[in-house]
Amino acid sequence: MKPGGALLEAEGLVRRYAMRRGIMGRAVEVRAVDGVSLKLERGRTLGLVGESGCGKSTTGRLVLGMETPDAGRVSFEGATMPQPGSAAWRKLRARMQMVFQDPLGALDRRLPIATQVAEPLDIHNIGAVSERAARVEALLRAVGLRPDQGALYPHELSGGQRQRAVLARALATDPALLVCDEPISALDVSIQAQVMNLLLDLQEQFGTSMLFVSHDLRAVRQVSHRVAVMYLGRIVEEGEPDAVLHDPAHPYTRALVSAIPHPGRMGQRMVLQGDPPNPADRPSGCAFHPRCPVANSLCAREAPVLKPRADGRLIACHVAHGEVAAGHGFTGQEAA
Amino acid sequence: MPLVSLTGLSVAFDGAPALRGIDLSVAKGEAVGLVGESGCGKSVTWLAALGLLPPKARITGSVMLEGQELIGAPASILEKVRGGRIAMIFQDPASSLNPVHRIGKQITEALALHRKMVGQAARSEAKRLLDLVGIPDATRRLDAYPHELSGGQNQRVMIAIALAGQPELLVADEPTTALDVTIQAQILELLKDLRRHMGMTLVLISHDLGVVADSCERVAVMYAGRIVEEAPISRLFSAAAHPYTQGLLGALPPMDGPRRRLAAIPGGVPEPWAMPPGCAFAPRCAHRVAACDAGVPGLIPLAASHRVACLQVAQMPIPRESVPA
Repeated sequence: MKPGGALLEAEGLVRRYAMRRGIMGRAVEVRAVDGVSLKLERGRTLGLVGESGCGKSTTGRLVLGMETPDAGRVSFEGATMPQPGSAAWRKLRARMQMVFQDPLGALDRRLPIATQVAEPLDIHNIGAVSERAARVEALLRAVGLRPDQGALYPHELSGGQRQRAVLARALATDPALLVCDEPISALDVSIQAQVMNLLLDLQEQFGTSMLFVSHDLRAVRQVSHRVAVMYLGRIVEEGEPDAVLHDPAHPYTRALVSAIPHPGRMGQRMVLQGDPPNPADRPSGCAFHPRCPVANSLCAREAPVLKPRADGRLIACHVAHGEVAAGHGFTGQEAA
Repeated sequence: MPLVSLTGLSVAFDGAPALRGIDLSVAKGEAVGLVGESGCGKSVTWLAALGLLPPKARITGSVMLEGQELIGAPASILEKVRGGRIAMIFQDPASSLNPVHRIGKQITEALALHRKMVGQAARSEAKRLLDLVGIPDATRRLDAYPHELSGGQNQRVMIAIALAGQPELLVADEPTTALDVTIQAQILELLKDLRRHMGMTLVLISHDLGVVADSCERVAVMYAGRIVEEAPISRLFSAAAHPYTQGLLGALPPMDGPRRRLAAIPGGVPEPWAMPPGCAFAPRCAHRVAACDAGVPGLIPLAASHRVACLQVAQMPIPRESVPA
């Protein structure tokens, strides 16, 4: 399948949770995802980057309908996503699959690998029963496992092999979309490289679109065609990975890029003050302003909108868009 | 004389080797990185040195701390060394701290133990330490519980507790692995500041070559319980000689330049009970020859303070001069 054309579109997704502090505490509303729009083209990969609690995983679950958004809508292959849980949705779920961070947790320890890879075929009633064994063999080969390893149980495989097994199972229904939630974070460096290579190979072979959720900007650059940076439930910058990495426009993206440890760093690292904010206590205006080194008074009052710059890069920042001069931030003040 | 020197340090659990002869010395004021993948023995090395392994671990070899042998040393000596001369911090600060005691109590406990400080003196010293590690509003934070602090702040508290004994050497075992990238940057900067101001010696254990490159002058790469290469950090990135080190560097996605296929190392780490007879990396190595399986290669010097344990090193082109960004 040729790349191009939107496979998945999400508009204004919002997901709220009610959180209670202590036993007697009042329920507080937490906006895990606060108006996220994204578009994923066929055969392409969109990287979703951010720190823990920024809502990137929730976004991944929302686009699959594993959680119902409180507002906004998702369309898949041009049609609105059916009500989650409905028969139509279940049918559609064969076309979109999820890959999780911890492959041991995602696999059933009591079943051999081949049985687990065959399960989606049984559930969605794909192909003749007599052909399924051959299909499982082909899937295992596609992810770089030997067909005889299908007889092994998860604990008999290494971490990298387990993640391959999870991918084989996800690919069983020939999905158009894979949502990979931190698929390599639990693996050793040399195994991470194997899995990233495999994801690229599979995309080339099957034309699968991927939503690659990760905290690792290097990994995202390696596998993605576009990258969206999230902060506290919103996308703050989106563009081509190289452009975003080499010339980050949003101050938060700048901090993220400069935080990547690497040898031969030029100049001083930009170290953000303070901790990531609590989603239950969202700062006014731009959510990043209490940690932002260039925040101005406007930033504390008004939330910036994600909109394109002249070169097409999407940025949500008053300063980057030139709507206000760079300030000196609120760090160290009471605002934090 | 080096501050600490390990010679032939070996550890086995139930007959399965975890460490297979580590030789490493750390000079005063130096920052040394220990890099390797899970199970390579990088943490076990320092747990063994400080006598923190369970009794079933069989430890041989020697760990000298300025002329004092630590392996087999009596508890009275080890107790003075642990936290007093060598302090250690771990990956997950939340599980290292006691959840039911206030931060202040946990710091003053260390002060009482190592510096016999009690009462108001201990409390004001605890506050000074919290200030030192960059915790805002230190006086109030002394009365906080670990769950009231973020992961990054808890790691700062752990560092404050480690500093309470005024150690000469701080062993940081994956101190930033559980933290977000921007918080990782804060903690690495803090460790650098502390070294600058206190002249502390640092051993940083990490799976991330980037983290080590950022904070250390020298690095030792470990594989399957042995050091396979040791070099100054800049040299390691420009002239890595061991095929495993080259593999680790090739597995790191580049930050710029054309996107190339990553040079992944095939296969996985050998299990401790099924060690290859010769070089442990040979089964995954592209340069393997028959001699590699004949015996375990020792570290041979290649250049100033650059040593590598590989028989094939003479035949190999020393790769890329450029530093991957």
